[in-house]
Amino acid sequence: MEKSVRKYWPVFLLPTLIAFTIGFLWPFIWGIYLSFCKFNTVNKVKFVGISNYTRVFSDSTFVHAFWFTALFTLASTVLINVIAFLIAVLLTRGIKGTNIFRTIFFMPNLIGGIVLGYIWQILLDGLLSNWGLPLLALNEKAGFTGLLILMGWQQIGYMMIIYIAGLQNVSPDLIEAAEIDGATPWQILTKIKIPMVMPSVTICTFLTLTNSFKLFDQNLSLTGGEPAKKSQMLALNIYDTFYARSGGQWKGIGQAKAVVFFLLVVVIALIQLRATRTKEVQA
Amino acid sequence: MAVVNMEKKQESKRTRIINMILSVVFALICLVYIYPIFLIVTNSLKIESAISTNTAFKLPTADTFAGIANYIYGVTKMDFLSSFLYSLFITVSSVVLIILCCSMCAWYISRVNTLASKAMYYLCIFSMVVPFQMVMFTLAKTADTLKLNTPFNICIIYLGFGAGLAVFMFTGFMKSMPLEIEEAAMIDGCSPIQMFFRVVMPITKPTTISTAILETMWVWNDYLLPTLVLDIKKYRTIPMDIQYFRGSYGSVQMAPMMACIVITIIPVILLYLFCQKYIIEGVVAGAVKG
Repeated sequence: MEKSVRKYWPVFLLPTLIAFTIGFLWPFIWGIYLSFCKFNTVNKVKFVGISNYTRVFSDSTFVHAFWFTALFTLASTVLINVIAFLIAVLLTRGIKGTNIFRTIFFMPNLIGGIVLGYIWQILLDGLLSNWGLPLLALNEKAGFTGLLILMGWQQIGYMMIIYIAGLQNVSPDLIEAAEIDGATPWQILTKIKIPMVMPSVTICTFLTLTNSFKLFDQNLSLTGGEPAKKSQMLALNIYDTFYARSGGQWKGIGQAKAVVFFLLVVVIALIQLRATRTKEVQA
Repeated sequence: MAVVNMEKKQESKRTRIINMILSVVFALICLVYIYPIFLIVTNSLKIESAISTNTAFKLPTADTFAGIANYIYGVTKMDFLSSFLYSLFITVSSVVLIILCCSMCAWYISRVNTLASKAMYYLCIFSMVVPFQMVMFTLAKTADTLKLNTPFNICIIYLGFGAGLAVFMFTGFMKSMPLEIEEAAMIDGCSPIQMFFRVVMPITKPTTISTAILETMWVWNDYLLPTLVLDIKKYRTIPMDIQYFRGSYGSVQMAPMMACIVITIIPVILLYLFCQKYIIEGVVAGAVKG
């Protein structure tokens, strides 16, 4: 069978391969090459070696964006996963209205990042002005907290769904056996439920980590990086370097930043997967 | 025996009370949870002069109630209908193309064991980790050069960039499918193409639905890719439209803006309420594979 399928590769493989080359492979390789070049349009490209990379690390906005992103990613990953898991545990007790609650918690997930940002901008600016505090555009701390709330609002429902699926897969026999042995609800939670849902924890931390680290739309619409690029995250900083700064050298530096950003994402993903995978158990 | 029963009864009574309190608490939390959407709806019904950061939380009164005027103004001024149609067309064409091409590609990968098919598989997984910023500039240039910069053929770009997730999900499912069915079909004289459409596609239906939902959520809400690829003066998708009018500071009119946000959200929420089961299953399936 393999042989006869193989002959049909132009039908099965080729369309995706061509699109994949146009949409990903070629831009990726070209992007790596351009990160070593000075260019303004793609017709005037001059090879400059690693000088773009040295400029990246001496750019204070990038360093600030890095720390802002790192802190945000850490805070949002912890916040989202703890709350989502808590809700999932409470919603698997069979309380009245579980389905409605689940529906509502998941809903914000379907609204796009740009729209979400503006919804929260209106709400948070309203709160800030009623409390007599500076608005989002002038308030770095509020920008950070606002992004955190927005991200939580959007992602908690999604992660909750995954945790609920994980919890429902824990065999009732196991819990019953523990109850007969006299385990308290707290012991059942920490000694059985949490170890048994570790695969879900792996997935959810992976998703929240990468989503938060790569956040762009919400950042653009909620704060736009204001005040003075102080609430810029890495993705927005790269975009800003490419399209908002004038001067011939910035596009090359932007591309170099993008390569650094890509490497950071890969490193984080690998570390995280290794760290949580080792904690998974078999029933 | 009687004592045990009494204890059980007491315990279940306590659980019932706790559960009831939890229900009430959750109901309150849910009200807070949907408040932001409620806030936008109330503000979209106010007249422009009644909207400021200070009065955002006030409900519209008889003096400030604007009816659907903001909606009419917003829709006509922002050319909302054409944005909606562009978004709809791009999403449908991209998702159909992604599902068709990637399921075929995944079947090839899972049935043919060559270096090329393995390389393709690992490249797809790799592409899922790469952030869009890494390729955004060169991708936009490539799309321009190849004239893939209209709403009518941008789906090819989406196929290229969305292939990773789709191929990964389909391959995961197809590898677990029993080969016997396909072998039997082959002996009965089925060609690979017939086999794919008559045998493989029907079996993969659950994965097709999950993948379609995940890709739809992505393409419909995507902002940066169409912004960089399409000519914003000629074509705008909904997220581009919102950003275009809100992002240009100065003479932004908040009331029509909020009306447009409301109309943007409504179809999504309606679709969600009707296909909730599939969407939630799709998310779970996507996560378990991921």
